[in-house]
Amino acid sequence: MSTDAKPAKKQKLSVPFDYSKYLRKDKLPHIWCPGCGHGIILKALLRAVDKVGLEKDDICMVSGIGCSSRTPGYVDFNTLHTLHGRAPSFATGIKLTNPELNVIVTTGDGDALAIGGNHFIHTCRRNIDMTILVYSNAIYGMTGGQFSPTTPIGSFTHTSSYGAMEPPFDTCEMAKAAGATFVARATSYHVQDLEKTLKAAIEHKGTSVVEILDECPVYFGRLNKMRSASQMMEKIEKEGTVSVKQAENLSPEEIGGRLLRGILHHDTETAEYCDQYAALTERAQGK
Amino acid sequence: MAGKTVRRLLQGNEACAEGALYAGCNFFGGYPITPSTEIAETLSRELPKRGGKWIQMEDEIASIASIVGASIAGAKALTATSGPGLSLKQEVLGYACLTEIPCVLINVMRGGPSTGYPTGPSQADIMQAKWGTHGDHPVITLTPSTVPEIFTETIRAFNLAEKYRTPVFVFYDEILGHMREAVELPEQGVIEVVDRAKPEGKPEDYNPYDTSYEVAPLAPFGKGRRFHITGLNHNDDGFPTNDSTKIDEGNRRIMAKIDNNVSDIESTEEYLMDDAEVIVFAFGSTARSARFAVNRAREKGIKAGLFRPITMWPFPEKALKKAADKAKSIIVPEMNLGQTILEVERVTGHGTIVGLQRVDGEPIHPTEIIELIEKHS
Ligand SMILES: Cc1ncc(C[n+]2csc(CCOP(=O)(O)OP(=O)(O)O)c2C)c(N)n1
Ligand code: SF4
Repeated sequence: MSTDAKPAKKQKLSVPFDYSKYLRKDKLPHIWCPGCGHGIILKALLRAVDKVGLEKDDICMVSGIGCSSRTPGYVDFNTLHTLHGRAPSFATGIKLTNPELNVIVTTGDGDALAIGGNHFIHTCRRNIDMTILVYSNAIYGMTGGQFSPTTPIGSFTHTSSYGAMEPPFDTCEMAKAAGATFVARATSYHVQDLEKTLKAAIEHKGTSVVEILDECPVYFGRLNKMRSASQMMEKIEKEGTVSVKQAENLSPEEIGGRLLRGILHHDTETAEYCDQYAALTERAQGK
Repeated sequence: MAGKTVRRLLQGNEACAEGALYAGCNFFGGYPITPSTEIAETLSRELPKRGGKWIQMEDEIASIASIVGASIAGAKALTATSGPGLSLKQEVLGYACLTEIPCVLINVMRGGPSTGYPTGPSQADIMQAKWGTHGDHPVITLTPSTVPEIFTETIRAFNLAEKYRTPVFVFYDEILGHMREAVELPEQGVIEVVDRAKPEGKPEDYNPYDTSYEVAPLAPFGKGRRFHITGLNHNDDGFPTNDSTKIDEGNRRIMAKIDNNVSDIESTEEYLMDDAEVIVFAFGSTARSARFAVNRAREKGIKAGLFRPITMWPFPEKALKKAADKAKSIIVPEMNLGQTILEVERVTGHGTIVGLQRVDGEPIHPTEIIELIEKHS
């Protein structure tokens, strides 16, 4: 439980969620390291999918390359593991061909924002209905810990031994500026918020981007003197963020360098791409 | 059983678009580039009318990724480009080869390397078709040489893609892309159109890479068979593997499905070849000059013939070898610095193989070929 967000209501004790109906159990164990935040995101996503009530046959999960992009292999949906950075483009072809499919893209900060940056912004611009989950651990995990477009200045990685020099992207600001109609930031620490945010993102019609701050203890943690995953969560996710709601009562000075958490942008007016294409088709057919 | 045939004066690129529509193409993803753009433009008008999908992506990588995605969702998908775009597409082409996703790529060849000569013809991408993406991979490349043939070869490209679950290329040069000729557009049903095999059996038993087939049926995403596709080496069920036996088997299998069916894929034209002593090996618009040259040589009493690969890859090894055995010399004109001549040398091992190469953005003129025929007759 976070210190800065009061739990709205007392949680009712309920039957533990049965993840197994969505998992490909024969493909487990997963490849993720102990303490990696990616598994927390996967679990929250499955609970969100369940809450939305989607059928497994109607979900298509597409990813690029990276530790985060290994997510589709473990879930019993229509799953596509593509190329580094290109997931939104493959997903666009799938969605436009079959607009009935609920398309979810799982990607890393390097995958989505470095090599895939151009695809990412243009997907947002089109506002094609899909949910893009950016697992944002501020590092390239799969290749062994190099800096990424979200690595904070001064952080140590295997390619920034003297401290990262380049300014990082603000993923959410970029998604919003590019045209995504649902933009949110969540963390792997605030898991209940994460689940709710993912549910809202999936339910939104249009391009939804959720940046999820999570942790790579093996590289980012170790190289930046955070010994454990829980220490990273504490420092980066709990102390490093503030909820949108709380921020309403805080001055910019009080917010300081903390990142906002929650739904940052939600536009239900702008037309979605496949709907627009259907309208174009009618015009072309003289209907 | 000829149906109602429409005869139209079409540009090569328009004929290509017509061929795609005839073959049932219902998805186009592209990025504008000279001299291929008319294909995208034509389809942007025609596809919506027929309920098809058309999208202009942010670059060529995204374009081909979009068509591979579309094909996975069950579409018959096309992209069209030229040199610089072809270079960008290589990464995803390799993905489509390994994951065995049918799709068609048109490359209208212009001068290169780099931005080169965008409005001039070239035949310098022929080796890139074969070797462009990393790793060993299967390649089918068709090289039409007339506008009507662009129409029929585009249909054949879709048929081969669907049949063999692989990307298929159609390569022609800028001259063909922009020249106009009369094309007979037959009624639907006259020319064979192949659709990919549909999987049978229970959804839970479905394996997208079932090795009991030479080419396993590909189910579309979202129609009740949930499965996995990855660009990693994979098992029959589509999931990644580190098993060296499976990796070897998979890498060999995607090559074998093409190699074992060369006779089905191969297409050549042999013109006045029966008694030919001088063979001209030529494709694309160069083959048009070559045909003219061969006719002139015959008028002068020289036994010249034209060997024209319509399927360039897989290379028509047997047919060329057979033809070459009887020949005194082989002339290989091409708009590059000597690409297909390497294959002619490799396959025939002939003692007199003479290249004629141009890379100045001008077509090879018949007189240049006639001169060589005379010299080596
Ligand atoms: C074209 C290409 N370039 C580079 C790579 C190597 N590569 C694999 S994963 C990766 C970075 C992944 O980082 P990120 O997207 O942040 O995901 P994470 O592993 O941290 O979850 C890179 C550079 C590749 N696979 N393909
Ligand atoms: S390397 Fe980092 S990102 Fe990758 S699985 Fe391990 S902890 Fe997670």
